[in-house]
Amino acid sequence: MQASDRFNINSQLEHLQAKYVGTGHADLTRFEWAVNIHRDSYASYVGHYPMLAYFAVAENESIGRERYNFMQKMLLPCGLPPEREDD
Amino acid sequence: MYLYSLTLQQATGILCAINGSFSGGKLQEIVVARGKVLDLLRPDDNGKLQSLLSVEIFGAIRSLAQFRLTGAQKDYIVVGSDSGRIVILEYNKEKNTFEKIHQETFGKSGCRRIVPGQYLAVDPKGRAVMVGACEKQKLVYVLNRDTAARLTISSPLEAHKSHTIVYSICGVDCGFDNPIFAAIELDYSEADQDPTGQAANEAQKHLTFYELDLGLNHVSRKWSEQVDNGANLLVTVPGGGDGPSGVLVCAENFVIYKNQGHPDVRAVIPRREDLPAERGVLIVSAAMHKQKTMFFFLLQTEYGDIFRVTLDHDNERVKELKIKYFDTIPVTSSLCDDPDVEASSATLMETEEGFQPVFFQPRKLKNLVRIDQVESLMPIMDMKVSNLFEEETPQIFSLCGRGPRSSLRILRPGLAISEMAVSQLPGVPSAVWTVKKNTVEEVSDSGFLDTTPSLAVSLIGDDSLMQVHPSGIRHIREDGRINEWRTPGKRTIVKVGSNRLQVVIALSGGELIYFEVDMTGQLMEVEKHEMSGDVACLDIAPVPEGRQRSRFLAVGSYDNTIRILSLDPDDCMQILSLQSVSSPPESLLFLEVQASIGGEDGADHPASLFLNAGLQNGVLFRTVVDMTLEYAASFSSDQCAEGVVAVAGDALRVFTIERLGESFNETAIPLRYTPRKFVIQPKRKLLVTIESDQGAFTAEEREAAKKESFEAAGMGENGNTDQVENGDDEESTDPLSDEQYGYPKAESGKWVSCIRVLDPRTTQTTCLLELQDNEAAFSMCTVNFHDKEYGTLLAVGTAKGLQFWPKRSFEAGFIHIYRFKEEGKVLELLHKTQVEGVPLALCQFQGRLLAGIGSILRLYDLGKRRLLRKCENKLFPNSITSIQTYRDRIYVGDMQESFHYCKYRRDENQLYIFADDTVPRWLTAAHHVDFDTMAGADKFGNVYFVRLPQDVSDEIEEDPTGGKIKWEQGKLNGAPNKVEEIVQFHVGDVVTCLNKASLIPGGGECIIYGTVMGSLGAFLPFTSRDDVDFFSHLEMHMRQEHPPLCGRDHMAYRSSYFPVKDVIDGDLCEQFPTLPMDMQRKIADELDRTPGEILKKLEEIRNKII
Repeated sequence: MQASDRFNINSQLEHLQAKYVGTGHADLTRFEWAVNIHRDSYASYVGHYPMLAYFAVAENESIGRERYNFMQKMLLPCGLPPEREDD
Repeated sequence: MYLYSLTLQQATGILCAINGSFSGGKLQEIVVARGKVLDLLRPDDNGKLQSLLSVEIFGAIRSLAQFRLTGAQKDYIVVGSDSGRIVILEYNKEKNTFEKIHQETFGKSGCRRIVPGQYLAVDPKGRAVMVGACEKQKLVYVLNRDTAARLTISSPLEAHKSHTIVYSICGVDCGFDNPIFAAIELDYSEADQDPTGQAANEAQKHLTFYELDLGLNHVSRKWSEQVDNGANLLVTVPGGGDGPSGVLVCAENFVIYKNQGHPDVRAVIPRREDLPAERGVLIVSAAMHKQKTMFFFLLQTEYGDIFRVTLDHDNERVKELKIKYFDTIPVTSSLCDDPDVEASSATLMETEEGFQPVFFQPRKLKNLVRIDQVESLMPIMDMKVSNLFEEETPQIFSLCGRGPRSSLRILRPGLAISEMAVSQLPGVPSAVWTVKKNTVEEVSDSGFLDTTPSLAVSLIGDDSLMQVHPSGIRHIREDGRINEWRTPGKRTIVKVGSNRLQVVIALSGGELIYFEVDMTGQLMEVEKHEMSGDVACLDIAPVPEGRQRSRFLAVGSYDNTIRILSLDPDDCMQILSLQSVSSPPESLLFLEVQASIGGEDGADHPASLFLNAGLQNGVLFRTVVDMTLEYAASFSSDQCAEGVVAVAGDALRVFTIERLGESFNETAIPLRYTPRKFVIQPKRKLLVTIESDQGAFTAEEREAAKKESFEAAGMGENGNTDQVENGDDEESTDPLSDEQYGYPKAESGKWVSCIRVLDPRTTQTTCLLELQDNEAAFSMCTVNFHDKEYGTLLAVGTAKGLQFWPKRSFEAGFIHIYRFKEEGKVLELLHKTQVEGVPLALCQFQGRLLAGIGSILRLYDLGKRRLLRKCENKLFPNSITSIQTYRDRIYVGDMQESFHYCKYRRDENQLYIFADDTVPRWLTAAHHVDFDTMAGADKFGNVYFVRLPQDVSDEIEEDPTGGKIKWEQGKLNGAPNKVEEIVQFHVGDVVTCLNKASLIPGGGECIIYGTVMGSLGAFLPFTSRDDVDFFSHLEMHMRQEHPPLCGRDHMAYRSSYFPVKDVIDGDLCEQFPTLPMDMQRKIADELDRTPGEILKKLEEIRNKII
């Protein structure tokens, strides 16, 4: 890699994508985008305690259980990924 | 419109707590996080929890940890928040503040997926701290001491792992070897790529040990092993010489002991007998108790049961893990182990290494003793402000709590008092004074006239005494000389008020005469004043330090007024102020709060004066008492630092004011299920509440099940004597309180619900209807249909078989119509109408009923057997959650899409939307402010106001078609007109209810809100431009000079979701007095004022609200 490559837009973007999970790119699929959004949302729910409490009241569960459920859902937030077209 | 935001009551819900010795020494203290507030609590000698310090940090606290450097006496506090920074705090005992020792930035602010702050773990020896995010990032900071014994912190060491979700982290106790941190991790990278689902099925959680090599200054993955997929929590096991080291992994249904190079030791968590098979048991909080020779763990499940876990170990080999049922307390968010709470453990059920389910019955507390409990309002579900009791100030009625801990709480502005002592007096006293003496003894040579009743006796001047009796004043000088002043004619003295230098007497008929002590110590008549009627009571404020006289005289009259008169020579006896009260005042008392400069907290408090008035109806101003206080006086002694002594009937009562920091006192009425909404019937002074719970049993079912289980338990005892315990007999006779143990869980599809009519004065429930057939009530309103056949009716919206998961579904929705009988005390079902959605909002409109049924807004009329559809609009985006009306406008709140302004055209019988909002808002509360303005709150903790622009509003009102033509031209499925956002503020807590009210008589009307975490706050509109300027400048300086404690930028916090608009944060402004004096002066200079004036301004604006 040449020194000038470090500053071109693509390598900067790659750097961002490596550093910040969820940074998009031109070939992002609808599924990948949705998965990111969902994981971000769940992380936000878990981080904001009042929000957990709000969900806990709605579902009549303990706050700890709500947190666990949201964390569990981060594995496959949007179900299984679609078959790849090029397969 | 500019608003001043002020929190009236801090959140009461606690999200995490740590214990340790933060002030140094042996005292145990607790630090609790209440969302955005950090509190330091200490149990006092009586076990009562005293709040030492409470700081709002303007950020979301997510985790707390404490650590202690080796050999130190004091614990430090590490705070994980949404600031993208790690903050280490130390409690400064002298100044009573938290001091920021270190603040290191590591990432962006906000609660993000990969920015650490969610988890915190410390090395048990206090050498390092790990701060982790939900995914990927974990940072380790090395803690050390410099030569001056100050705490140092290293730059962060990364322990990141991409595509990995973290469930929990903890420190591993390995003595003085290199610090190790354990984490439960799950790698999702393969599951995201595999469309067959095989990878997802095989995805396995791992327990990973990260070792911090102190020599190399590097963190490495030391060991990783598969762990149960239900794992959610890690607990440190003592190591070094104290135990086997390693961790306890709490998973759904299991507790597993794990350590590197050690076989797993697994035990099943006992289940409650009545728990449905589909449900797991999850540990939600844990505490370790360690003594010199032994240690054990207390783990609490999501149902509130606490288990005691012990490890049977031989040096570093763990042979057995035992779980014993310990006790049941309501579900906690954090357990703090306090040695005082411990007692010996009794075996109820024990499991050893088995996977078969083990069952147990909860029983009453045997091992834990409740020492103190602090009431919580969390969550506030609904709230209304009304003066139902016709008191001086309106009451706040709030629905609080959930499930078995539900309650209706009546809050009154004022302080809670606790009675210290009551003593019966011989005969009925007429008044009480506090005299500056330690003991009371009888003296005969005082020079007092004892043949006549005294109205007042007091010290006056330097050292003379004054006795006031109905026919005159005796002034007894130090040397025994007596000066007597007699009343003119046949008039008598009825009331008297005095301080050290001033005396005012009221003669029968309403004449006031004012005396002063002159330079020579003589009592001189100064002024007379004729009042309109007899004087009920009077008082003079104490003489301020360094002054000749006090300026204020308060006079209470029988015409329900209190007047403040001036005693200044310039405007002597002029009325300065007049206040109306609800009943004749009985007693008045000025209380002076002394000025203090550079006091304990280094702050400067100017002197302030409070007028306390006891009214005939038993109301003590700002203090409500349950009886007629005839006289009250302030009181201070060793036992009771700030007390009030009062006479009621023939009893002398001594009160103290509890928890001075709080601004409300409350009365609680228990309810059966989670309250949803309520309506007030102002004329009949009754409340109607609806309560619903998912996954619970009805009261009858619970009763039956309980009976059955007790019988079964009794049988078991007879059959097997081994299990008989001393406590069992007691248990069967003493039913378990649901408040403590929680309701048994039913299948998630099962709903219970009831409608209750409640008399708040007697706290009696006059009617309670349990809904049958899996129906649950979600909305209600009172409605007067225009044919007026039945008068006021109650409409209740219900859903049958509602389910949220996997997709929102329901069997049917209904609107019930009830009529009130027996003066509103009893409800009778008139009819019920099936509808095609869940009616989440109901409202009366022009003699008809408006219902929001899913995405349909519909107008109903009352029929004989059912409701009759009159008109509808199906154009709402999601689900209607609120409807409010004003004149011919209807303000509809959608669950996800903010407000829609609608109109009803009677002639064409048409409902149409003429304006909506541009921002998608997940509405949680709504309130109508004025014709064009709505206040709303969203799920993310924002409060906002929207207003229809004036020209649009006028156009619509003037348009003969009512904007209908334009309505047909709406674009992109939206309405033709858009409302504008005029106010925006991030509260930081989910606001569940909004109300418009004034909490004090004559005070400004403000928007009051209640939140899920149990806090109450207010938004007061500013009335003058000057005030706006002043407070916005003050806020600006506070932001600069006093950034929030935990590293979040104040402006960024208040703009977390949308930029803050036209709201000044009173909570930040009110931190002004906590600043050091030079800082206060600096800010004051910038504002061209003195610190005292700023404090006065702050106090003034607070007094406008409460």
